[in-house]
Amino acid sequence: MQYALMIYAEPGYHEALPEEERAATATEFAALAADARCVATVQLQSPETATCVRVSSGRTLMTDGPFADTKEVLGGLCVLEAANLDEAIEMAGRIPAVRHGGVVEIRPLVTR
Amino acid sequence: MLASLVGFLGDFDQAEEAAQEAFVIAAERWTASNMPGNPGAWLVTTARNRAIDRIRRERTLAGKIHLLPAPEATMDEFSDTAIKDERLELIFTCCHPALPLEGQVALTLRSLGGLETAEIARAFLVSEETMKRRLTRAKAKIKATGIPFAVPSAHLLPDRLDAVLAVIYLIYNEGYSGRVDLGHEAIRLGRVLATLMPDEPEVHGLLALMMIHHARRRARFSGEDGEDLVLLEDQDRSLWDLPELTAGRAVLDRAVALGRPGAYVVQAAIASLQTAEPIDWPQVAVLYRRLAELTGSAVVELNRAVAVAQAGDPAAALRIVDGLGLDDYLYFHSTRGELLRRLGRDAEAQAAYRRALDLATSVPEQRFLARRLEEFPRG
Repeated sequence: MQYALMIYAEPGYHEALPEEERAATATEFAALAADARCVATVQLQSPETATCVRVSSGRTLMTDGPFADTKEVLGGLCVLEAANLDEAIEMAGRIPAVRHGGVVEIRPLVTR
Repeated sequence: MLASLVGFLGDFDQAEEAAQEAFVIAAERWTASNMPGNPGAWLVTTARNRAIDRIRRERTLAGKIHLLPAPEATMDEFSDTAIKDERLELIFTCCHPALPLEGQVALTLRSLGGLETAEIARAFLVSEETMKRRLTRAKAKIKATGIPFAVPSAHLLPDRLDAVLAVIYLIYNEGYSGRVDLGHEAIRLGRVLATLMPDEPEVHGLLALMMIHHARRRARFSGEDGEDLVLLEDQDRSLWDLPELTAGRAVLDRAVALGRPGAYVVQAAIASLQTAEPIDWPQVAVLYRRLAELTGSAVVELNRAVAVAQAGDPAAALRIVDGLGLDDYLYFHSTRGELLRRLGRDAEAQAAYRRALDLATSVPEQRFLARRLEEFPRG
């Protein structure tokens, strides 16, 4: 089954970590990305680079900033091919952000 | 039987339908003189075959002809072997933490408890439609997200077992409201779990705790409508179910013998000590201290204070209580009230009881606290 793992974390949490921990998170994430079950990983630039687009009455409206004005923002995502939810949960637990106050949302993909 | 069908079909609804069809056929065909040698196996085989037939028909209708992966199950496969007991897989699936808690409870009662949806709805004081929706949502999530039908692997088991025990204990505690005896159901589920996981001390601990409490249930309330709360020390012991109490204590002994006592084992030990006459309050206090260490719970500390007071030191008890941040908790104030009363500080005691009365929500609680306030000399 395919799952999307959406990573929510406080922007800049990574920079705030001490040197060794920062290096460790990079290694952990790389190991996860290298896992055969990981189909894709995506890392997003910081929320200041976000633009929101809506179309209303034929006009395209744009606002600056991320969709959800929350402390934690979407920082990236992984797409996995896992045998079941427990496998996806186990892999989600290896994402560094969850150990530093972040949250990973797991949702199965719609199959065509 | 349902467990093995859910395992085979990977779908709760299909398993239920297949099981029902098999029962109907059995009712038509079995007579006193014409019973299959292994009725259980017959039912499972028949149910599987009906399910396979249905799947075949549905696939043909959809225009796709597939060869089914497994051959039709035959009677010979089952003649001498027992059906694989997959109830443990079923329990862990129903209680998967990814499901909403109310869904876990509903699914456990429906699939393992065998209760009808209407019964479960009555027990939780919701409409049948609401309960149906909870069940549908939970089953849909299991299917959509690929929650596996499996006993969790060793490194996941402790947390997942905690989740199962929490669901069973929740079912037990809900047994005091509603009109269905869920306490009885919870104990039944606890017994099944104890048979399937005989080496887990907390499983026996929870079962013992429920049985010991359940044995005392008839003495907890008095009055025509059970409107009056009866304190432990005032309970009519003749109303206790002695065989259930003895059985509960035996389960506790088994739990203790396994070592590694956790929170449920300690709670059961406390409950057991509280049925002795006289109660060994210093020992109860020691156990509450252990429980507080295990759970970090302020409410447990409150109970420890009560034990300390009962052991003869209300001043020490009050010191413990005053250190707890439980201002919104009814029993915090009622306990303070009682301790202050024993220490002769009547004005403060009455204030505490009044605060407790403000927080009381049930009639027995309100009556109890009102009576306590009346007992103070009018000054």
